[in-house]
Amino acid sequence: MSQQTLVSACLGDMVVSISEFVGDLTVEVSKNKIIHALEKLKSDPSLQFDFLSDVVGIDNLGLHAKKAKAPKKDEPQQEAAPDAGATLPRFEVVYLLLSLSSNKRLRVRVAVPEDDCVVESVTGLWRAANWPEREIYDMFGIRFKGHPDLRRLLMWDEFKDHPLRKDYPLEGKNEERILNYLD
Amino acid sequence: MHNSELSESFDEMTSGHSTGDYVKINIGPSHPAMHGTLRVVALTDGESIVSADPEIGYLHRGVEKLGENLNYTQFIPVTDRLNYCSAICNNVSYEMAVEKLMGIEVPEKAQLVRIIMMELARIADHEVLVGILGVDLGAFTPFFYLIIQREEIYEIFEWYNGARLTNTFGRIGGLVADLPSDFETRWQKLRDGIRNANDETDKLLTHNRIWTDRTIGVAAFSPKDALDWGFTGPCLRACGVKRDLRKDEPYSLYSRFDFDVPVGKHGDVFDRYMIRMEEMEESIKIIDQAFKMYKEMPADAPLIAKVPKTIKPPAGDVYHAIEAPNGELGFFIRSDGSDKPYRLKIRPPCYMVYQAFGEMVKGEMIADMIACLSSLNVIAGELDR
Repeated sequence: MSQQTLVSACLGDMVVSISEFVGDLTVEVSKNKIIHALEKLKSDPSLQFDFLSDVVGIDNLGLHAKKAKAPKKDEPQQEAAPDAGATLPRFEVVYLLLSLSSNKRLRVRVAVPEDDCVVESVTGLWRAANWPEREIYDMFGIRFKGHPDLRRLLMWDEFKDHPLRKDYPLEGKNEERILNYLD
Repeated sequence: MHNSELSESFDEMTSGHSTGDYVKINIGPSHPAMHGTLRVVALTDGESIVSADPEIGYLHRGVEKLGENLNYTQFIPVTDRLNYCSAICNNVSYEMAVEKLMGIEVPEKAQLVRIIMMELARIADHEVLVGILGVDLGAFTPFFYLIIQREEIYEIFEWYNGARLTNTFGRIGGLVADLPSDFETRWQKLRDGIRNANDETDKLLTHNRIWTDRTIGVAAFSPKDALDWGFTGPCLRACGVKRDLRKDEPYSLYSRFDFDVPVGKHGDVFDRYMIRMEEMEESIKIIDQAFKMYKEMPADAPLIAKVPKTIKPPAGDVYHAIEAPNGELGFFIRSDGSDKPYRLKIRPPCYMVYQAFGEMVKGEMIADMIACLSSLNVIAGELDR
């Protein structure tokens, strides 16, 4: 059985979409089922995705608008550009899983709408999620419910913004204080 | 004690304020024993550590944000600044992720040169680690033996493209330049040098009573905990888990080489040191085999695949990881079909290792904490990005 059928069979109706692109398998599950889905993937005897490689946060602001302006030619291997046409969620959290026994990888994607920026923390399943989740909170402002210590990680505590959001300018914001000091 | 209580204001920590019988101390971010810009806030009972909370971000330069604003080729020099002890591995890891996204087949000759250079970088990285670990534990001599050999490796890098540390090695799709013609004589001399230096280091350290007392059983970690915390690379192998991406998910041409994966037993500082020493010898083996294959290639074999002038990968997500000297170094790229990545996430190997630092040093002495930190090879450049 292919990996794709195994994953769909394991997750059942929790799967929102499943796709393969350049050999990487990505499955999208709904946000309120994430803990349950990851638990199942971790313990399923035929899959055993028992290692969490990383957690990635993504801000999709503007991605959809760009797509609508210049629709791409329908290349066959294109990953249905996270369902083309439909409005993309503002944020996404992607879990990079790995099975140590079969050396297969899987990405689990969760859509996070802007008005409900809270995801269940997976630190209970893998302690490895601790800093990655703190970093996503720091960089995107997505909160993780049940995280033992949700503080900023890379930026300092007094910092107000979330710099990896697409509406945060590259040159920074509110830097006048520092510039005035240099004068 | 909860972590958030530990990160109170700096003034309180430095004014000799004590919490019950414990004393809170601040180490770093600017301290000779804290490599780079690492900071640990530790609660101590006498000389033992009750709990330690690593603070990172002092070298955060927004590399991922930069990546979203540079095009695919322009980002290669930025990857040099991740793990600056082995920049070539970062370059190749990033290039391979973009190549996977675009479906580019890199010519074999270029792959062989990449492997030779990556393994040289691995040796250089491990030499720095063992040398610095010695310095931190008061053994100064091996540092000189090892650093001389590292300089010799950097001579080869410099002679290849003019840079010692920030190599900006290769391009997306292959390489620009071939190995220089007298690589063979240089490599033979260098190989003997590395083996001699490692022998000397081995004689000075491995059976040295002071060394074993300071390293055996210090900051030991169990394989179960290590996997739970997301360890990869030498720190995981020291715990006894045989996992190496070069063997388990062979990328490039690694499946063709004959080499061993050294594995430790106890996951302590001594095992992490031994793993590095043994891996250097395995890297020498790989370079020898790769160079033999390289010599059999025709002189005019292509070095770079056919790559469009502007690199515009198709829209979609990709993740590709290689075995860097510290462990799994991966790049996650979301492309929107334009010439810049829409989102670029780096998975630095020492990030996952360092987040378990507090747990690893619990109950150890302050001086052993420094030994533990050196043995993990935490590089602030890739930790903070």
